[in-house]
Amino acid sequence: MAARAFRNIFRTPHYADDIFIQMDVIGVGSLPIVILIGFFSGIIMGLQMGRALTTYGAQGQIGMIVSISLVREFGPVLTALLVAGRNASGIASELGSMKVTEQIDAMRALGTDPIQKLVTPRLIAMMFVLPLLTVIADFIGLFGGALIAYGLLNMTWAEYWSTAWRALIYQDLAQGLIKPFLFAIIISLVGCLYGMRTTGGTQGVGLATTKAVVISSIWIFVITSFIDPLFFT
Amino acid sequence: MADIATSEVLHFEDVSLRFDQTPALDHVSFAMSAGETRVVFGAAGSGKTMILKTALGLQKVDSGRVILFGEDVTNFKESALYPIRSKVGVLFQEGGLFDSLTIAENVAYPLLNQQARRNGDGPLSEADVDNRVLQTLNFVELGSTLEKFPSELSGGMRRRVGIARAVVTEPPLVLYDSPTAGLDPITANLIIHLIIKERDSRNTAAILVTHRYQDGHLMANFRYNPDSGQIEPAREAQGLGSVKTKFLVMNEGRLVFDGSEAELRASQDAYVRKFVKY
Repeated sequence: MAARAFRNIFRTPHYADDIFIQMDVIGVGSLPIVILIGFFSGIIMGLQMGRALTTYGAQGQIGMIVSISLVREFGPVLTALLVAGRNASGIASELGSMKVTEQIDAMRALGTDPIQKLVTPRLIAMMFVLPLLTVIADFIGLFGGALIAYGLLNMTWAEYWSTAWRALIYQDLAQGLIKPFLFAIIISLVGCLYGMRTTGGTQGVGLATTKAVVISSIWIFVITSFIDPLFFT
Repeated sequence: MADIATSEVLHFEDVSLRFDQTPALDHVSFAMSAGETRVVFGAAGSGKTMILKTALGLQKVDSGRVILFGEDVTNFKESALYPIRSKVGVLFQEGGLFDSLTIAENVAYPLLNQQARRNGDGPLSEADVDNRVLQTLNFVELGSTLEKFPSELSGGMRRRVGIARAVVTEPPLVLYDSPTAGLDPITANLIIHLIIKERDSRNTAAILVTHRYQDGHLMANFRYNPDSGQIEPAREAQGLGSVKTKFLVMNEGRLVFDGSEAELRASQDAYVRKFVKY
């Protein structure tokens, strides 16, 4: 299914409307929760790291630690976990419901390839919006860290943003953008796979939804464990 | 291999299919010609629906051959099946209506996706599609539901929309999977009347999967009279022509009966007799 979904990106017909609808559902729909969690992760990181750094009188480095941690790891992973919880489940339940009510069979009988119509648009949309959501979560998280640096650690805005920005190197940004791209592939395909393989009525839809979230979450950690050593310098 | 008559629309030749160790179809063979009707009886899980799904290539078989409109589609790739599927209309057991589309969009779906494949023509104009959709919905007496969604309709109305979607492209073969299941007797009779009307208006071949003997009896003995616009008992003397209906009975994936209604009623097989009720 994964191979066909990728191959269909370059084949007609293209369902542009479905791609934009999925971008709206996944991207715009996930934005509030991604902003909220990004903001609080920055605050929590600022508080906990600030406490440790103050011990060594190095609280001035808070911007560097928050930015590296967020951009390299927490931004992509937390955003992906949120999107997996929200959208892998949504995709699996939507496609699962279509499967058990014979809508997918009907689609095939009526001349439409369900992979082309249902899977490929979700794959494209997810590959496009998850990196964007991650960048937004990173920025909002850095802002949360800035509030702690300014309010509790007596740093100026300029000091914080300067250390945060200067700490980042090209490899950090590359890692922070490659991961969400790979997570997007996993989340969309796992959601679609379990949805399209649903059997057993409404109970089967529930099971497919649970499996999609659990399996995609596990894969997010597996992938990040393999990517991290490649950028460990 | 037996010769395949050119008028045959569907031919199952020793078709078998298993799920794990359970046979869904067990060496099933039958053939039907253009304009004929097959009524398929059988207990739940006996393989009735699987006959329809394998006929359409929605389910691949383990062995044997499925010949649809003279083409051996047994090993066709999915993309190669689309043109031949456009000659077959299907009403699914669960309806299979797209719940995110309106009734008009559901009925228009095969016109927009299949018509060009079948005729090799360009796409129909928007006005042509709208006309055909309205005409077909009027045929099933649901012309006022164009902008509604499937969830806003009753079960019987959804089945009628399913019939409209199945026949809107005027296919020569229509498959009906349990069209009357779970419906009250009045609605069930209305559905069967619509199926007979569609079959006789265009002389299409039809396979009807059902649990109800009454459905098969009506299909075998009644015809649509275009002059009166009514369903009437079939009598050749009245010029309505004969009804070419045969009955199939499935049991645990095996085809245990293939014959006329008279032969069905005369059968001494205990399992077959369960489906003959008055």
